[in-house]
Amino acid sequence: MTAALALERVTCSFTPAERGKPSYVAVRDATLVVGDGEFVAVVGPTGCGKSTLLNVAAGLLPPTSGAVAVFGERLAGINRRAGYLFQAEALMPWRSALDNVTAGLEMRGLAKRECVARADEWLRRVGLAGHEHRYPHQLSGGMRKRAALAQVLILDPEILLMDEPFSALDIQTRQLMENELLALWSANRKSVLFITHDLEEAIALADRVLVLSAGPASRAIGEFAIDLPRPRDVSEIRMTPRFLKLYGEIWRILKDEVLKGYAQGQQA
Amino acid sequence: MLKVSRPEAATAPAPRSLVPAQLALLLVVLAAWYGLTASDLLPPFFFGEPVKVFAELWGWFASGKIYLHLGVTLLETLLAFVLGTLLGLAIGLWLGLSATASALLDPYIKAVNSMPRVVMAPIFAVWFGLGIWSKVALGVTLVFFLVFFNVFQAVKEVSPVVLANARMLGASRRQLLRFVYLPSATSWVFASLHTSIGMAFVGAVVGEYLGSARGVGYLILEAEGLFDINGVIAGIVVLTVCALALDLLVTWLENRLLVWRPR
Repeated sequence: MTAALALERVTCSFTPAERGKPSYVAVRDATLVVGDGEFVAVVGPTGCGKSTLLNVAAGLLPPTSGAVAVFGERLAGINRRAGYLFQAEALMPWRSALDNVTAGLEMRGLAKRECVARADEWLRRVGLAGHEHRYPHQLSGGMRKRAALAQVLILDPEILLMDEPFSALDIQTRQLMENELLALWSANRKSVLFITHDLEEAIALADRVLVLSAGPASRAIGEFAIDLPRPRDVSEIRMTPRFLKLYGEIWRILKDEVLKGYAQGQQA
Repeated sequence: MLKVSRPEAATAPAPRSLVPAQLALLLVVLAAWYGLTASDLLPPFFFGEPVKVFAELWGWFASGKIYLHLGVTLLETLLAFVLGTLLGLAIGLWLGLSATASALLDPYIKAVNSMPRVVMAPIFAVWFGLGIWSKVALGVTLVFFLVFFNVFQAVKEVSPVVLANARMLGASRRQLLRFVYLPSATSWVFASLHTSIGMAFVGAVVGEYLGSARGVGYLILEAEGLFDINGVIAGIVVLTVCALALDLLVTWLENRLLVWRPR
């Protein structure tokens, strides 16, 4: 079976703003595979190039060297089979929640009525019924994330790329959203690449957790299969002994990297 | 008993409650003007007389003479505003999206922008004659740069995340224009609407004043030629009221079209 997403020996370096300085290598020789229908979480300290990796997978950023394959085909340009849930606010502020959700379908040339019918269904599914005509600034942070989720999922992408999508939310909203994500995901098993700096979130959600080293030139340094049973409730599963054991194992590796990353942050 | 503090008392009174005081201030100024000119403390020949100014205004409106002139000035303003905005929007988007073109044209844009553009009026008079189009042209040059710079800036400042998101949702280059750049730019155009409609008005009136046969600027020019200071002041009053009305119209439009913006 071909993997949904495969990054092979991907290196990303950025030309420095000032001349004469060496170029900044964000990611070096990173190899990463997401199987069809698999939920993979990537954890790593802040500034380890997690987002860079995701942008490469999305086709937003061409890697300096290495290759990306999507269902066995080499990726060139935007990854059309993937949906991307951004960490920052990505909704178009001049469009209402409804119009934001219909945007992708409109771009595909669907009739407005068809777009609205499908968007209504999705807004209901993410719990935004009754808020269709509000603009992003009139929605709470959690509601904006739901709208963004509906905006991406309405296009039914085979691969879902998520960049710390819930990091800006308070803990209760966050756990609610995580559970909703799991419910939506288990309904039609998409392949997910989920980036986070929160190890608990990674373990609670994923089938497999990848640990990245501290940047610059970060690479994968550990890989753990998460054999927790599904369906999971993210707030309850955190209390189980198996979860705590996995947490302990991964944290042992991650801790050093976090400290390294912290030290570098201090220097900078 | 617990005393509840009342923060309202400490803040400034609401604008509405100030209206009587504002009207009173206007009456005081008018009365002072009347008193000073009637008693010849200020020579009426240079400072005009409020009663005569009012009579002049009354005459203009009663005879219907003003409507043609006001209509011409407003038409010029509107045309200058619409054409200048469309031109500024189009070229702002083009240069904002094309790094090469904007780098190439950069020094020329700066040069033309720093030039006092009112001096173009004689050239426009030669090119377009003394009819409305020379005034429209002057207004367009004033409005264009304002809108152009705003749109240019808007394109540069489109949130990269919103842009990346639109691309991931499947937007083609043309769709990025329609879904992201254009709405973002229009909001900036609206931000400059107050200034640009004012600029269009200035272009129309200054153009008329420098040479025309119709318009409120022409009325002022005519009165000045006859040393009729009351006529000049009456013209200024008409222009001021019009400018205020335009400004209110723009505020109303803005509130309707920019509901999506956080306050």
